[in-house]
Amino acid sequence: MKHLLTTDGLDVDTARAILDTAEGLKGTLLGREVKKLPTLRGRTVITLFYEDSTRTRVSFEIAGKWMSADVVNVSAGGSSVKKGESLRDTALTLAAAGADCVIVRHPASGAAHRLASWLSHTDTCVVNAGDGTHEHPTQALLDMATLRERLGGVEGRRIGIVGDVLHSRVARSNVHLLTSFGADVVLIAPPTLLPTGVADWPVGPAGSLTVSHALDPELPTLDAVMMLRVQAERMHGGFFPSAREYSIAYGLNEARASLLPEHAVVLHPGPMLRGMEISATVADSPRAAITQQVNNGVHVRMAVLYHLLAGEEDAA
Amino acid sequence: MSALIIRGVRPYGEGEPVDLTVHNGVITAIGSTSDTDAEVIDAGGLVALPGFVDLHTHLREPGREDTETIETGSRAAALGGYTAVFAMANTDPVADNAVVVEHVWRRGREVGLVDVHPVGAVTVGLQGERLAELGTMARSAAGVRVFSDDGLCVADPLIMRRALEYTKALDAVIAQHAEEPRLTVGAQAHEGETAARLGLAGWPAVAEESIVARDCLLARHVGARLHVCHVSTAGTADILRWAKARGTRVSAEVTPHHLLLDDERLTGYDPVNKVNPPLRTAADAAALRQALADGTLDCVATDHAPHAAQDKDCEWSAARPGMLGLQTALPIVVATMVEPGLLDWRGVARVMSERPAEIAGLPDQGRPIAVGEPATLTLVDPAGRWTVRGADLASIAVNTPYEGMELPGTVVATLLRGVVTARDGKATA
Repeated sequence: MKHLLTTDGLDVDTARAILDTAEGLKGTLLGREVKKLPTLRGRTVITLFYEDSTRTRVSFEIAGKWMSADVVNVSAGGSSVKKGESLRDTALTLAAAGADCVIVRHPASGAAHRLASWLSHTDTCVVNAGDGTHEHPTQALLDMATLRERLGGVEGRRIGIVGDVLHSRVARSNVHLLTSFGADVVLIAPPTLLPTGVADWPVGPAGSLTVSHALDPELPTLDAVMMLRVQAERMHGGFFPSAREYSIAYGLNEARASLLPEHAVVLHPGPMLRGMEISATVADSPRAAITQQVNNGVHVRMAVLYHLLAGEEDAA
Repeated sequence: MSALIIRGVRPYGEGEPVDLTVHNGVITAIGSTSDTDAEVIDAGGLVALPGFVDLHTHLREPGREDTETIETGSRAAALGGYTAVFAMANTDPVADNAVVVEHVWRRGREVGLVDVHPVGAVTVGLQGERLAELGTMARSAAGVRVFSDDGLCVADPLIMRRALEYTKALDAVIAQHAEEPRLTVGAQAHEGETAARLGLAGWPAVAEESIVARDCLLARHVGARLHVCHVSTAGTADILRWAKARGTRVSAEVTPHHLLLDDERLTGYDPVNKVNPPLRTAADAAALRQALADGTLDCVATDHAPHAAQDKDCEWSAARPGMLGLQTALPIVVATMVEPGLLDWRGVARVMSERPAEIAGLPDQGRPIAVGEPATLTLVDPAGRWTVRGADLASIAVNTPYEGMELPGTVVATLLRGVVTARDGKATA
């Protein structure tokens, strides 16, 4: 694996190896006072964020630091062409400055792909930390790590993804990864928030993908439900009439959560809008795995960096 | 002017090879000849067609001379077999007045490789709000007969109605860039499975089709002529078929890239494939080829759109839409229409030369290859093959989606009223 750009096309063996590594790292670090492994000493990891982000950037930074990499954070405002240096020049600059890995978040779908193609003549690897409305592969990996812990795996499990699938990179990455591991995914949203032709997306051989517009009838069938954030700009974009109507139809409140089977898990990629897509009581209930997701995020990102930067030496 | 003999050529690819004798820019004899003083073009194995006419070219002058000038664009046109091109109005300043259109027209004449006809803007500054001085542009030295806000749609139905109605008195045509702007806010790619998967905001087919349907109704209502730019969907072809069947005076063009390419190419996010209207599905491309063959679509137009490297070598959403087209148009028509048997060479003459000349009202282009007619010709080697290299094309910009592709059919020579403007891959005047 040279880069991590998508989960679409990420082969199951590689994904499983990353998850196993993450699990191992979590076990190794558990209860340790000094959370520091020497694995990536002398390696330089740069986070290049063109969008505001707290949890993802911090998670990658901690992951790099716990592996003893030198982590440099670059925040770039605005789109590249309109303001200042182009994305291409920035990428070439960071590679020339000695970056072994560039972790990029960008508002343009495909930005990580472009970065990887511009850096193809270098040894610098690229991790997609979210590109526009396309993918966010490490989020899907950390969700998978969490589901493995909570459910023992996702094969044959029914996972609901609820909300703004159209604009969600989390949903896209999760659809590919979950179905390639054999899950049955059901996307639950009003028709205006579903991508064109989504029901025909290719999925893993053992998995399946279906679409529903009603949450209540789905809930009793789900092993896990993933609530997507509803972004403020969508509320004013005419995708649905009002925040109140959305919340009434698709918000996961206590009454709805009680329709879930006993063992079912509630996930949210954050940041949450409490009272909108999820109620405070559900978010803080034992079935919610939200802080566990954040915790797993660090270990999964450590594992990704390990496989990208140290994996080959290990194999040799 | 001494005579020129085009020896051993087959007009329209039909019949036995003949010699075309040209005097003073006019074809004076067809048959075998033994004039020894004349300059001879050995055209054995070649097909003679009337010189190509492009209703849709962006020459970027004035304003973006770093990507194309009237001179370099004229060279690309001559090398592509074109003898007339229509330069779109979305320059900087916009060609919405007599001064700008006359400048473009004069520069074209000075370069002299191809007849450059400026397209006038329909509305002031392409803003879609007030009609530009269409009559003044029509009566200027440039003699504008095609008006378009191309790049932008004349979206306001009342403005469009008035433009159609007003141009009836000018013997001109409105060429519409059909794109309902409210349905394409932020649009990046054809709304379909590919764009959804790639997370690119959709440009739905209905945004084109709804405008084409509306404009066909308006053109019929006011008894005006309408030309539809760069038709990209199967649905638009259906609407045009219906409108033509009920006698609407509508014509339409299709680009080479919409005949050949589809949105599968977007995987990988290389903005060289970004164009407006966007690449559609393979089924749309197949329907467009059929519609061009059956005459529903009248002609091929390039939408030649040079862009600087920095406007293409960036993230998808920041890239400008458009691709080079003048030098690759014929080979793509050969690949998509001639080789599969959808068009013969007579058909190529129709869609590349005769119909566009007729739509734009050019009296001396798209003429028959016959004695007494202007020697405005394109000589094509149907057996020729070449590999496209953006850096080798005559344009300053290099944004071709066909990089590295081997294409059939080469333009060996282009003649504009008897003057050789391109020969063996070199623009010559």
